[in-house]
Amino acid sequence: MSVQSPVKTWAEVIVQVLKDNHVKLVTYVPDNVLRPLIDALHADPYFTVICPAREEEAVGITTGAYMAGMRGITLMQTSGFATLPNALASLVRPYQLPLVMLISERGTLGDFQLGQAVVCRTMRPVLTSLNIEHFAIERLDDVEFVTDRMIKQAFSTLEPAAIILSPLLTKKSNTSH
Amino acid sequence: MTSSEKHAVARDAAKVMNRSALTRQVVAKLTHGEAVIGGIGHTNFDLWASGQRPQNFYMLGSMGLAIPIALGVATAQPQRQVVALEGDGSLLMQLGTLGTVAMRAPNNLLMIVWDNGVYQITGSQKTLTSHGVDLVAMARGAGLANSTWARDEAHFDALLEDALAGRGPAFIAARTDEAKPAGTTERDPVKIRMRFMEGIAG
Repeated sequence: MSVQSPVKTWAEVIVQVLKDNHVKLVTYVPDNVLRPLIDALHADPYFTVICPAREEEAVGITTGAYMAGMRGITLMQTSGFATLPNALASLVRPYQLPLVMLISERGTLGDFQLGQAVVCRTMRPVLTSLNIEHFAIERLDDVEFVTDRMIKQAFSTLEPAAIILSPLLTKKSNTSH
Repeated sequence: MTSSEKHAVARDAAKVMNRSALTRQVVAKLTHGEAVIGGIGHTNFDLWASGQRPQNFYMLGSMGLAIPIALGVATAQPQRQVVALEGDGSLLMQLGTLGTVAMRAPNNLLMIVWDNGVYQITGSQKTLTSHGVDLVAMARGAGLANSTWARDEAHFDALLEDALAGRGPAFIAARTDEAKPAGTTERDPVKIRMRFMEGIAG
């Protein structure tokens, strides 16, 4: 009987995709759902990982590093995204900066936090009004394809992108975390 | 200059100087391709008016993000000195960034804050520094030991020399007057970014 290789978790897949795309800088404001990814990034010397006080700062650091030749990604939860419209509209958009955001989707499919549930409703309208490419990943099978393609598209078109991690990925699947 | 001398100046004892003149004083010191991030408003207007170096980035929006952007540049290019120019109103909007810089402790980052105590561009409404907030004390409290008020132009010059030697993050605050900026930045963000990226490439 052959031994099957263990299925990678979504966090492990994302770590590999970031490396494959030379994304070395990670800025984030934490989220419990993102914890396995954040822990893995901190543990891997390939990455420079910075946790500033606010998501706006994280965007500033990531875009500054991009202009200086280092690719990065900014991680946050839904409520953190809600603090960003001004930075997106007055820095990322007008200067054509390929900011890649990874957002864990809170406030839907059984979240117990009322604040998260309300702020969640603002995320897609804001992304749409800023004309920012976004896609919610729901299945482990899709993690590699979607993250890889969205990162490549962002950097090749100089467009921002929001990769959303749905609770269907991060909460439902036994193999997801 | 000893550490105690550098920290001896209180805000009240700092001379009120001219932002345009001090900006030109900073630029005159930059002979090694240093990157400069000019914060929103009159801060980047005066940087623009000081001569359009290709290593300058003029931040037309995103109030408060000059230091985070500079930290990103400094992180990606540890061999290049990076200068962030910020106003008091802007820094008050993003004070946490002082702690972020202290945590990262880049050798190659100098933060300069022009403190005129007002939101000059919107009609000179008073900022919190007009009510007692001391940005050098806040920087030191955030963990940036090398933080000081510039006593006068000569002291500012000495502080610049020291900070650009690249021995750790430095924070210099200067009190400035309400004179108008010496020019207005051309509002072409894509051109600004492309020129900056070419200016600091490699």
